[in-house]
Amino acid sequence: MAIEIEKPSSVRLSKVAISKTHGEDSPYFAGWKAYDENPYDEIHNQSGVIQMGLAENQVSFDLLEKYLEEHHEVSSWGKGAPGFRENALFQDYHGLKSFRQAMANFMEQIRGGKAKFDPDRIVLTAGATAANELLTFILADPGDALLVPTPYYPGFDRDLRWRTGVKIVPIHCNSSNNFQITPEALEAAYQSAESMDLKVRGILITNPSNPLGSTIQSSVLNDILDFAVHKNIHLVSDEIYSGSTFSPSEFVSIAEILRNRNYKDAERVHIVYSLSKDLGLPGFRVGTIYSYNDDVVTTARRMSSFTLISSQTQHLLACMLSNHEFTQNYIKTNRERLNKRYDMIIQGLKKAGIECLKGNAGLFCWMNLSPLLNEPTRQGELELWNIILNQVKLNISPGSSCHCSEPGWFRVCFANMSEQTLRVALQRIHKFMEQRKVCSVNQ
Amino acid sequence: MGLLSRKATCNTHGQDSSYFLGWQEYEKNPYNEVNNPNGIIQMGLAENQLCLDLLEPWLMKNPDALGLKRDGISIFKELALFQDYNGFPAFKRALVDFMGEIRGNKVSFDPNHVVLTAGATSANETLMFCLADQGDAFLLPTPYYPGFDRDLRWRTGVEIVPIHCTSSNGFKVTLPAIEQAYRQAQKRKLRVKGVLITNPSNPLGTTMARDELDLLINFIEDRQIHLISDEIYSGTVFTSPSFVSVMEVLKDRNLDQTQVWERVHIVYSLSKDLGLPGFRVGAIYSNDPVVVSAATKMSSFGLVSSQTQYLLSAMLLDKKFTKEYMSENHKRLQKQQKDLVSGLEKAGIRCLDSNAGLFCWVDMRHLLKSNTFEAEMELWQKIVYHVKINISPGSSCHCIEPGWFRVCFANMSESTLKLAIQRLKSFVSSIGMKSQSHQELKSLRRKARNNWVFRHSLQSFYDREQDTTTKVSFSYRPHFMSLSNIAATLDAAA
Repeated sequence: MAIEIEKPSSVRLSKVAISKTHGEDSPYFAGWKAYDENPYDEIHNQSGVIQMGLAENQVSFDLLEKYLEEHHEVSSWGKGAPGFRENALFQDYHGLKSFRQAMANFMEQIRGGKAKFDPDRIVLTAGATAANELLTFILADPGDALLVPTPYYPGFDRDLRWRTGVKIVPIHCNSSNNFQITPEALEAAYQSAESMDLKVRGILITNPSNPLGSTIQSSVLNDILDFAVHKNIHLVSDEIYSGSTFSPSEFVSIAEILRNRNYKDAERVHIVYSLSKDLGLPGFRVGTIYSYNDDVVTTARRMSSFTLISSQTQHLLACMLSNHEFTQNYIKTNRERLNKRYDMIIQGLKKAGIECLKGNAGLFCWMNLSPLLNEPTRQGELELWNIILNQVKLNISPGSSCHCSEPGWFRVCFANMSEQTLRVALQRIHKFMEQRKVCSVNQ
Repeated sequence: MGLLSRKATCNTHGQDSSYFLGWQEYEKNPYNEVNNPNGIIQMGLAENQLCLDLLEPWLMKNPDALGLKRDGISIFKELALFQDYNGFPAFKRALVDFMGEIRGNKVSFDPNHVVLTAGATSANETLMFCLADQGDAFLLPTPYYPGFDRDLRWRTGVEIVPIHCTSSNGFKVTLPAIEQAYRQAQKRKLRVKGVLITNPSNPLGTTMARDELDLLINFIEDRQIHLISDEIYSGTVFTSPSFVSVMEVLKDRNLDQTQVWERVHIVYSLSKDLGLPGFRVGAIYSNDPVVVSAATKMSSFGLVSSQTQYLLSAMLLDKKFTKEYMSENHKRLQKQQKDLVSGLEKAGIRCLDSNAGLFCWVDMRHLLKSNTFEAEMELWQKIVYHVKINISPGSSCHCIEPGWFRVCFANMSESTLKLAIQRLKSFVSSIGMKSQSHQELKSLRRKARNNWVFRHSLQSFYDREQDTTTKVSFSYRPHFMSLSNIAATLDAAA
């Protein structure tokens, strides 16, 4: 690591402030810069970089806008603003009861009623980013470790480690079995942590998975929970993409697994949820922790003082999510549209000769470009990534930024753009692949 | 199973304090003018509820701001997607202008130096993470806001070392007191990273004088440490002397663009000045680009809702409105404070001279049975249970002199305030007053300083909350006196 000569004032900052654990020097973010400098625009900049590295859901905004048009009062506390005063003063870290109730119902609807949620176990935080960090502060001490299956969301490096001082030990998954988590991989990760003298406090899974875009199977969830029980550690299930499963029957929540076990061992399980992906509202900062452990609920609630959701936003969403007609329709329509996008991108990539992992959820697909690598290494992957960024002008996320142990895989987002833009992106990929065929033929 | 982290099982969140019981009692039996005229009046909550009626008509006149529209066109999608930790540019610009206005435009702020956070609670904690490592210390003048014990220490592992201030000089900060605190930190093998002041002060309700600010600047310059100035009450200064921000003093001394300039950071919020604590709008202002950069990234853990940023950018950009609002805000605060002070005077109770804040620092030493913190607790219990007023005992603010209480006045109507004063008057006349000789008082004060055990059992309390103990079980290893013990003691006393 380079030794930096810091300004005198920097010497007086904390280790946390000057560390690089925020992770913003990784390729994940360099792609952003390239996009920011030359962003694609359907009309004004057709040769710009298309952003396919941003896991945002933009396919269902019209449904939200329609709801708001038809229900003005939810944005304004009604005529004469009778509820404004109370709302403006409301900073109770328990959160608005009506909002927690609405969230619990929404989470139940997403799971097709296969799990029940108690509103009093819901702790509100400003986004899932805050929820994950908060849980880490509660479940682990500095220097302890959490086991996280690879590939994983690059933001975890910051969210779980930066200010908490907790370490991530990877549970390596690979394409031989579609990147599923196996008991052997779990055990290997645990042993690895032990050999480094790290105390393992829990496992954190993302289900549906980011970046794989697939749900974790019921049998695997049972294995993971059994493992957690056996080692006497926690299990955090980040289910922020649960509403983005294309077919409702395919998502099995850890809540369901627990219900099937009559909630035995539930006190070690905690669920993270957010409205950023399913409802496409990342700007509103709405995250939750759902814990079956009373102490965790109490402590998380107190800690949430550092990251409360604006009461104005709680009010708006309490109204929206209490509207059963709206939520039923939204969940169903959103799924259908995401499914359609997914099919579109998969077909398009197939035509270009590119295979993806079979996915059934999320806002992205996990694309296999390993046949194109000059060398089957991280270096080879980054070289290819650079070409795609600078020549094909697509910002996609290299597997190495997600800590994937196999080079050549890329996460490609499809829900943060119009269908037209997606078509353009697919055309560019097609052209790129054609050119490579020509090149290889000529060699 | 179920091992949680040390942070989860320690008591640094501060909520096992006896203080909590005052809140609990209030929640069980809250005063209501119509439905519960014999209930407990809440005077332990530093909220500004006097001017919300001024905001309501503004909201009615500006439907676009609420309806997430710009010039009548929906910008819902833009806002829904906006999660940039650099913040909504229009909002930051409006915020710095507002901050400048509050300081009489004697200083101007650069929006690029602002980091938005979900409330000042988040801002203060974030600054600790940026400026100090686990085990380092910050010096804080006492008495201070009880919430700091949690906000500055809980997850950061940073220690607070008090700079003791006393009534001998109106609780002003002195050089000997700062130096004493610094030495104390060194004795405890703590590396001091800075000083944190609240100006205007909570709980004193006073603004800092220029000479105090000079003193602090000289000290941090000399020791090469940081100064955080929590100025969340800057907009509540209702009478002279006018508010002088530390930034103004630095500018007047031509210290801007020097090293010490980069070590002074301000915390602000709209919770007190605008009375919007629910909206979670806080800010860090720093002249050190490294701090701004680190704090900005950290703000990911507590961003302000874009919906709220949009609403408030529109409101703060309406400079005519904000000017009128602040002027009326000051008028109402001044009146309410005057009513409280004169009412208490008639009951033979004096307050520290104050010109700001949402509370008064009230001197009830003469009502104590003895000059001890036990006596302060006894008095406090009587006031909560018998007089039926919840106020904050000075010990929860780490005051070293027993007998002082923080009494809030801005979270109630005029008539409720009158009633509270009436109750206190009756209480004072009923107990009578024991006069004590000067000598007796001195020796009792010496005893009080040694009374650490009891003081340590009194942690802080700050938010309005309701932990329903029936539903939740506490399984903490008690480091200090446990809640159940204190609850038993109070029950016996009631």
